[in-house]
Amino acid sequence: MAQVFSSRFTLLLRLGAIAALAILAAALVTYRVNARGDAVEGAPVDQPVPFSHKHHVGDDGIDCRYCHVAVETSAFAGIPPLETCMTCHSQLFTDQPPLAPLLAAYRGRATLAWNRVHDLPDFVYFDHSIHIAKGVGCSTCHGAVDTMPLTWRVASLDMQWCIACHRDPAPNLRPADRIYDLHWTPPSNQAALGKALMAANHIRGPDVLTSCSTCHR
Amino acid sequence: MPEVTPISPSLATAAQRRFWRGLDELEGAAPREVPQDVVTFEPPRLARRAFLGVMAASAALAAGGCSRAPLETIVPYRNGPAQDGYGKPVFYASALERDGYAIGVLVETNMGRPTKIEGNPLHPASLGATDIFTQAAVLELWDPDRSTASLRNGAVDTWPRFVTELRERVIAAPDGDGIALLTETVTSPTLHDQIRTFLEGHPRARWHQYQPVNRDNVYDGSRLALGEAVEPVYRFGDAAVIVALDADIVGALPGAVRHARDIAVARRGATRPTIHAAEGSPSLTGALADRRLVIRTGEIAMLADALAAQIGGGESSAAQVGGAAGGAAQGGGAASGAPQVGGAASGVATAALGADARAWLDRVAADLAAHRGRAIVVAGDRQPAGVHARVHAINRALGNDALVATREPVAFDAGNQGDSLRALASDMRAGRVTTLVMLGGNPVYASPRDLDFGGALRKLPWSAHLALHADETSAASTWHVAAAHALESWGDARAFDGTVAIRQPAIAPLYDGHSAHEVVSVLVDGNPRPGHAIVRDFWQRRHPAGFDAFWDASLRDGIVRESAATSRASVLPAPSSAKRSAAPAVAASSALAAVPTAATTSAPPAAIATQATAAPSATTAAPAVRPASDPSSATGAIVVELVLAPDPTLGDGRHANNAWLQELPKPLTTLTWCNAAWISPRFAAAHELANEDIVELRTASATVRAPVWIMPGHADDAVTLHLGHGRTRAGRVGNGVGVDAWPLFDSATRAIVPGVALAKVDGRERLAAAQTHHRMEGRDLVRLVSREEAARCAGSGCTPAREREPTESLYPPFKYDGHRWGMSIDLDACNGCAACTIACQAENNIPVVGRDEVLRGREMHWIRIDRYYEGAPSAPRTLFQPVPCMQCEHAPCEEVCPVEASVHDTEGLNVQVYNRCVGTRFCSNNCPYKVRRFNWHAYTRDVPALDAQRNPEVTVRMRGVMEKCSYCIQRIERARIDADRGNRRIADGEVVTACQAVCPTQAIVFGDLNDPASAVNARKASPLDYALLAELNTRPRTTYLPRIVDADAAPPPAQGGAPA
Repeated sequence: MAQVFSSRFTLLLRLGAIAALAILAAALVTYRVNARGDAVEGAPVDQPVPFSHKHHVGDDGIDCRYCHVAVETSAFAGIPPLETCMTCHSQLFTDQPPLAPLLAAYRGRATLAWNRVHDLPDFVYFDHSIHIAKGVGCSTCHGAVDTMPLTWRVASLDMQWCIACHRDPAPNLRPADRIYDLHWTPPSNQAALGKALMAANHIRGPDVLTSCSTCHR
Repeated sequence: MPEVTPISPSLATAAQRRFWRGLDELEGAAPREVPQDVVTFEPPRLARRAFLGVMAASAALAAGGCSRAPLETIVPYRNGPAQDGYGKPVFYASALERDGYAIGVLVETNMGRPTKIEGNPLHPASLGATDIFTQAAVLELWDPDRSTASLRNGAVDTWPRFVTELRERVIAAPDGDGIALLTETVTSPTLHDQIRTFLEGHPRARWHQYQPVNRDNVYDGSRLALGEAVEPVYRFGDAAVIVALDADIVGALPGAVRHARDIAVARRGATRPTIHAAEGSPSLTGALADRRLVIRTGEIAMLADALAAQIGGGESSAAQVGGAAGGAAQGGGAASGAPQVGGAASGVATAALGADARAWLDRVAADLAAHRGRAIVVAGDRQPAGVHARVHAINRALGNDALVATREPVAFDAGNQGDSLRALASDMRAGRVTTLVMLGGNPVYASPRDLDFGGALRKLPWSAHLALHADETSAASTWHVAAAHALESWGDARAFDGTVAIRQPAIAPLYDGHSAHEVVSVLVDGNPRPGHAIVRDFWQRRHPAGFDAFWDASLRDGIVRESAATSRASVLPAPSSAKRSAAPAVAASSALAAVPTAATTSAPPAAIATQATAAPSATTAAPAVRPASDPSSATGAIVVELVLAPDPTLGDGRHANNAWLQELPKPLTTLTWCNAAWISPRFAAAHELANEDIVELRTASATVRAPVWIMPGHADDAVTLHLGHGRTRAGRVGNGVGVDAWPLFDSATRAIVPGVALAKVDGRERLAAAQTHHRMEGRDLVRLVSREEAARCAGSGCTPAREREPTESLYPPFKYDGHRWGMSIDLDACNGCAACTIACQAENNIPVVGRDEVLRGREMHWIRIDRYYEGAPSAPRTLFQPVPCMQCEHAPCEEVCPVEASVHDTEGLNVQVYNRCVGTRFCSNNCPYKVRRFNWHAYTRDVPALDAQRNPEVTVRMRGVMEKCSYCIQRIERARIDADRGNRRIADGEVVTACQAVCPTQAIVFGDLNDPASAVNARKASPLDYALLAELNTRPRTTYLPRIVDADAAPPPAQGGAPA
């Protein structure tokens, strides 16, 4: 029986299939790259003033809450007002060029617009205060910012990542006195500790924490 | 009873239907659930090549248009907020005015942006609730059509140059000769003090006050009755009988929000007050009343006379005051001065009244007599002064002084504003005014057109108009000065009982806006001073001792303690009282005092005069249809009485550019984006008029064409038309919407115009009524119980109303360990004011869709007010039912969503997950309550300026997404997080939904059903509690309490048309 399809046609067919796959793969890659709205995970984000958490937190030992004052009381941790910067920088490094945008803004001549490193979609309502109150520390989401000269994002912040913890928060819970410890690692008895913290902090079950209305309004 | 033709033959068969929503439904001709003309989508006819081209182009666009979303930036404060304001709303106590009367508010600001208004629980006019105008003020603030700069002859100019010009003009006239100041009603002590200072320094300058919705009649009436202008302040909460004579106590009277609360509380109490209402144009108070009499607005005067006669015609107090109708019949001249004996005039009046009016009167008189000292009779502001005088006499005769306090007028210098404006117009025309400064208002549009204020204004050498928008008056003035919004500027204002509230701004002026205080400060000494300094200095002079503490407390509380007006009877002038201070100042008031009634009782309404004088021979039953010999009937015109009333949502027109108020279904009619001439069903049948027909209304001086709306419960041979529409320079929203009724408003006849010729003309105009949308197919939705039954059920003597609720279900029960939210709505308290709809709109970022979309049934309000009628269209009972999402336990919407965007949460809410929704609209189709709303277009992208108004705690929905009431889940979450941080449960009352917070009558209660002590459980424990469509086994969490009615006050049945 003669071949139904000529070899030439079969080649075209194969090439066509490969091309289709390649286009699909390219589309997927393009999507993955472009669909990320905010800064790319792991890449430092440029800022108008090269603010270094490494210097301020790591070297100088300034507490998180010195600048992010509302983290325990509000959904928004708070980007520090310029006067907070000026508590030191009205005296220190006032003539350094990198600080010029800060001084200009403080003197009312310009706006200092920081680039967001962590940016959730607008239909997500994250609240810092409740996570702090329930025993989720800064570094769980923000990493060891005291090692970052320019800040970058360490977590994907996509829904799957959020939900993973909401399904089982215990491994990420720490005692209240370790919340601001940027190098906290789970101790060997974290399983028991996490369970105890779940009870002590009245953390509700995964059915409640993964309810749509917990994060979406 | 006269024989009347039914509206249509099919009406007779509709007798078994108890409730109806619109006349068309009563006639069985209601439009289909899905309007036929919604959308007819025709797929475009594309050739193959064109199709491929389109596909290729979209592929290219999709590939090329997708790029990484831009990095968002975050801008820090320079100095951090003083309070714990990061990411949390901050509330400022302030005050907003409605027709000059203050209502205390708390302005919610998010990151410095005012986003929502709440009532101030400490303020006597609010007690935590507000009205629709207050709620919509925040949209007015962000209105992109507001003036961003001042204009001189239409060209952009600056405030400093305006100040220079004004200063020069004041310097050029050191005694104030030729300078006139026109304000709206001034209730601000600071502004009054400034004006007084200016007038003392410039004695020949003149100050005029004119507000289109004013209290001339009230003040003139009290001058007639008591010899001086007083502000009647009512204590409805303590009354056993309330009689409203064309008075919208809960909708329009100053203090309406407070009155609604007082009445609702009293109705819940042990001794439920009886409300009697007599009115020609249906109002919220008429709908609330236990017994409502339909009578033409112009006949209220006769009714008042007849009532006075029945109460105590022989009593001197009543007799001293000339009969109201008699006074009106005599026209301007002697009017009330004539010591007409009440009995005589009233005998005439009573005889002229119809049978139903006399029956109502007998009942009212008996009720009043049985409750001496515990009754309140109120006359509406548009009724002539004679009626108010009569009502004063009635209240005195009944010994109701304890409930009707007479206090110093809230308005400073309470002269007759109509006369004041007329005096100004004639001064302008005579060249006696060379410099006119207008602070607010829009007199070119909103004033009696016979004055031709616009024409006079254009001839002035120099005029300035301070206003939010460059409106009709601005266009006719030399200068338009951009005004600062009430939320942007300092000030103060008095409430209905005289309590002063300091108005503090919640944001710096968005544009180059300035307040009235600043303009007057230029008049005073040529130097503009900041509003803050002016207001603060004034109060510092008043309270020199311990001022800082006083000031802080006043700003924090939102009221100035102990500032309520003093009773006129006992205490007279406070330091800067109007009476003393205004003496040299006010142009009109001196002329006024001499002839108090010349204008206020107005020219005799011709028709009524005829009736009153011809009363003995008039057949009492005849509803005053004009004799056939009426000259105009030859031309096919019908003579009617015309009532011109401020629009229920736009007021006198000042809110015309407010899209929330334009789209808010007007209470009673549910009309949006239009006004219409209300006529009675019987009148419509007699003259073959249908809804949306066009009629021409002709007075001696003007002709206006308006579409018809048949209004059940309207008086026959009368037309009600609302003012405030047909603006030409309102802005992009308000221009050309509706019909301008001001041309019919004459300074002689004013609000009640007799002898207007009505003729049908060709054409129709579609009216965007929400009435027939989302209807529920005539099921048993609103319930009534009698007063006796309600009292029995308050104990344990009745069976629960839940008899039909199934108990079995195919679905497994949910378990709720934590909270279980629920709501109860008391239909007996709801008066249909629609404040909840606007509050919800502000809180939940609900878009406005526009007239065309409303016509397609696509309005977006999450809570709507359904309105039902019971009984005959001529005098039906009106019922309101707010319908938000029922948050069903077994929710039909959840079962049909293919993507689980509509899901149950662990506290029983049916949540709508916008980011999952793909817009199939199955849920909406499956919802028996029709409470789901679909974003057919990108409604929220239209006006970027409004982004600042949006509540940051609520997602802004995109096109193609379904949405609905969420029980204000953002407020639940805020309360939960606050409670959870302290490891405690949310306490009862900690979560207050937006509709609950705004409700003047506390009809809505929200709370945790798992908390046995919660307020919502207490409400639901009543055996009268019922669910909508319980037989469907949806098990709604929102349930209702029925309206309580007098068993013997049932409206006549609908069968056989419309018996009177």
